[in-house]
Amino acid sequence: MTAPTLRDAPATDAATQRRGKRAAAVAEAASAGWKVWLAKIVLLGIIDALAIYAVLVLIGQGQWLVPAIVVVVAVAINIVYLVPGLLPAKYLTPGLVFLFVFQIFVVLYTIYIAFTNYGSGHISTKDDAVNALMQQSQSRVENSPTFPVKVLERDGGFYFLTTDPDTGAFVIGGEDQPLAPVAGADAAGAPGFTTLDFGQILAHQDAIGELSVQLDADPNDGFLRTTDGSNAYLFTSSLTWDAAAGTMTDTTTGTVYRDTGQGAFTADDGTQLLPGWQVWVGGDNFVRAFSDQSIRGPFFTVLIWTFVFAVLSVATTFILGLFLAIVFNDPRMKSKKFYRVIMILPYAFPGFLSALVWAGMFNQDFGFINQVLLGGASVPWLQDPWLAKIAILVVNLWLGFPYMFLVCTGAIQSIPDDIQEAGRVDGASVWQIFRHIKFPLLLVSVAPLLISSFAFNFNNFNLVYMLTGGGPRFADASINVGQTDILISMVYKVAFVGANRDYGLASAFSIIIFVLVALISYFSFRQTKVLEELN
Amino acid sequence: MKVNKKSAVAIAALIAGSMLGLAGCASSDSPASDGDKPAATTSGTLTVWVDADRARALKDVAAQFQKDKGVKVDLVVKDYSKIQQDFTAQVPTGKGPDLTIGGHDWTGGFVQDGVIAPVELGDKASQFEKVAVQAVTYDGKTYGLPYAIENIAILRNTKLADATPASFDDMIAQGEKAGTKYPFLVGIDPQGADPYHLYPFQTSFGNSVFAQNADGSYDASKLTIGDASGEAFATWLRSQGDKGTKVINLNLSQDLAKEAFLAGESPYLLTGPWNVADAQAKGIDVSVDAIPSAGGETAAPFAGVQTFFLSAKSKNALAATDFLVNYIATEDVQTALYEAGGRPPALTSAYQAAQSDPIIAGFGKVGENAVPMPSIPQMGAVWDDWGKTEAAIIKGGDAVSSWQKMTSNIEAKLK
Repeated sequence: MTAPTLRDAPATDAATQRRGKRAAAVAEAASAGWKVWLAKIVLLGIIDALAIYAVLVLIGQGQWLVPAIVVVVAVAINIVYLVPGLLPAKYLTPGLVFLFVFQIFVVLYTIYIAFTNYGSGHISTKDDAVNALMQQSQSRVENSPTFPVKVLERDGGFYFLTTDPDTGAFVIGGEDQPLAPVAGADAAGAPGFTTLDFGQILAHQDAIGELSVQLDADPNDGFLRTTDGSNAYLFTSSLTWDAAAGTMTDTTTGTVYRDTGQGAFTADDGTQLLPGWQVWVGGDNFVRAFSDQSIRGPFFTVLIWTFVFAVLSVATTFILGLFLAIVFNDPRMKSKKFYRVIMILPYAFPGFLSALVWAGMFNQDFGFINQVLLGGASVPWLQDPWLAKIAILVVNLWLGFPYMFLVCTGAIQSIPDDIQEAGRVDGASVWQIFRHIKFPLLLVSVAPLLISSFAFNFNNFNLVYMLTGGGPRFADASINVGQTDILISMVYKVAFVGANRDYGLASAFSIIIFVLVALISYFSFRQTKVLEELN
Repeated sequence: MKVNKKSAVAIAALIAGSMLGLAGCASSDSPASDGDKPAATTSGTLTVWVDADRARALKDVAAQFQKDKGVKVDLVVKDYSKIQQDFTAQVPTGKGPDLTIGGHDWTGGFVQDGVIAPVELGDKASQFEKVAVQAVTYDGKTYGLPYAIENIAILRNTKLADATPASFDDMIAQGEKAGTKYPFLVGIDPQGADPYHLYPFQTSFGNSVFAQNADGSYDASKLTIGDASGEAFATWLRSQGDKGTKVINLNLSQDLAKEAFLAGESPYLLTGPWNVADAQAKGIDVSVDAIPSAGGETAAPFAGVQTFFLSAKSKNALAATDFLVNYIATEDVQTALYEAGGRPPALTSAYQAAQSDPIIAGFGKVGENAVPMPSIPQMGAVWDDWGKTEAAIIKGGDAVSSWQKMTSNIEAKLK
């Protein structure tokens, strides 16, 4: 970097030197400027290249929505970083992209699922369902022989070469051509046909896998299909798919199954063929959550317990945390630091691990609590509905009070001492000072944290799932839920536990939870504002 | 060299932005990236989901298949507990594997979801153990290729007892004579008992969940669990629970039961092959014995059959079937899988070779009476109520009325 000499005159005076330095800085900045531009263009080029690649690949797979989003995002990034004067957008764009990909998209997708019948038996598209039904409806004719086959090709069509098990003659058949003897055929092939080797078979395995060759002119006698390219078996199908009418017909009983808009082929008597497919069901899942007797009962019980659990969890941890904070803040208390470290210990363990350990300690026959603390008593901590609820609250108190203790300690220490002194001078008692001065001031800073703590406990899945698993179970519920299940653990069970999964219903529940938490937070935060005005 | 602040921030933002762009592309691109690529139809790659043990055992045969047929076998190691869910979720998107391992009891659900295709075993079917083929048969068709059979049996500490008697009461008497803390151990769960582990006792009363068809498959329309024999079992179960002998203890979980057995606190543990290695490592000389009958008839446990499933959307169905039927269904490979997993192979010749190990022979002998665990999707509605009711009965609830209530609950759900 040569400092440009702007003047030939000897630069002896300080002013000239300063000017020279400034000029050097300007030049340097300018030279850095084009480097920045270069870097910008290279990086944007990489992004654009990737975007174009992604769009091409996605369109190649017949997708439209995702490539459209990619295009919009890529164009937006280009505009933001190329057009001068969009400084705030330059900083916001990365965050917004993240927000969209990881938050908004997920929320929108959950909402979408809540209005569909997505779940066991309805996980894919109608085409897939038709395909699967056709695959499943074919069964091998009992005691039929194995037909060793060679796959032949002629004019782009595929044929099976095999021997007639009765006569031993070489026969050839294709898609529209039942097996028939062909003159000049031998074990290796036939004139006019190309015999495919395994590699060629694999190259066309979709077409060959779908090839079904009728045994003879009567389709009810069955057809040959190969599943490995070298052996064919005789199959019959119990279902026929009429693509024009959109119906499935059971050939053994003659029952016709139609698409009635419920996401499965349905017969007139209401029986459905599974697999079905995903369809939009509107508000059905929400209606079910509130009206289906076997879901509604447990749902409301779980809802009430969720509120009780969240409120009591926040209240108990806050009261204990605050109490300890006040005690440990007293100047007369010795070795505060030591005790504070001990107090914070439960906070240092991962919550789900603690919950598991506690679950072991609560074991009716072998747990530490019954065996050691209660001298061998057999208290059914996790099996009795009430005791299980108490156990959950106790464990959550143990897990949660250190947080409240920390928060309250900080808040108390930030309250200036002179306010208390002023109160004392005015003749207020310790309790009065706490009740009317310290506590309101404390709440100003702690209340938002209490609200977030409430929201956290409202969805405290780890604790419930690891400690009680939601049990003891309700005797009459049609879904697997129990006395200590909260909404989120119930959603998990509906969506992911057991053989009959109902993602649609689970999504509907999670939207209900979201609305509840949002409403509660909104009104609580408004209350906190009132508190702030107090200040 | 100086770069002014503004441009430094701009560069940083740009880098962040480009990474985001990358992340965005990657995430928007991934849902279908392994999917229907046109290239996959030309002798490409077979993707197989396996767990770590199976991956080691299959490495050689995968290499052999590539050498013979020019098709690469990509063994993707998955967490076994995630396979069922991931497979159901990914196959419809076209993203899933061509083949996956799994338990045969997933078959019904997979068929109902339309994610697996039948595998025609052809003449190979007769070379497998009967129970293995029965287990993978659903609705008259074979879904998947079985490779291992597992069932529970009595694990006996030979130092504490010299034989497992034929009847439950005799076994308890023997156990008490041994002077250990527990006469007999079976690990169950306080919430859901464990219908799987208690099933041999249930069958010894002649009870089953669903009626079996001639080919060994289950008829979901014929629920037999509520029969008088089921009530007899329930009554017996109550007599062994909290209000009775307390031999079956809800609070003794799988882990605690195993721990107690390893500590020599009982001569008998009802468990599967998965606990044998730990017991031997502890220096316990174990023998595998038949499960004693509680109700007079033979105690038949459930057999679980480990299976390779073929994806309904596999673009390589021919190659996959070839790999299964002509490569996996061979004695060498089945033996390698057995050595990796410690469970009796499903192929009869490999199974007989494995009988030289007395532990495997023991489980195999008990397994001769085993019935395949029902794989029909309706089973999902059964497990839950079944376990809940058994737990209530062990706790001392009324046996017959609880059992009847369970039966009517299950019937209501099956409709």
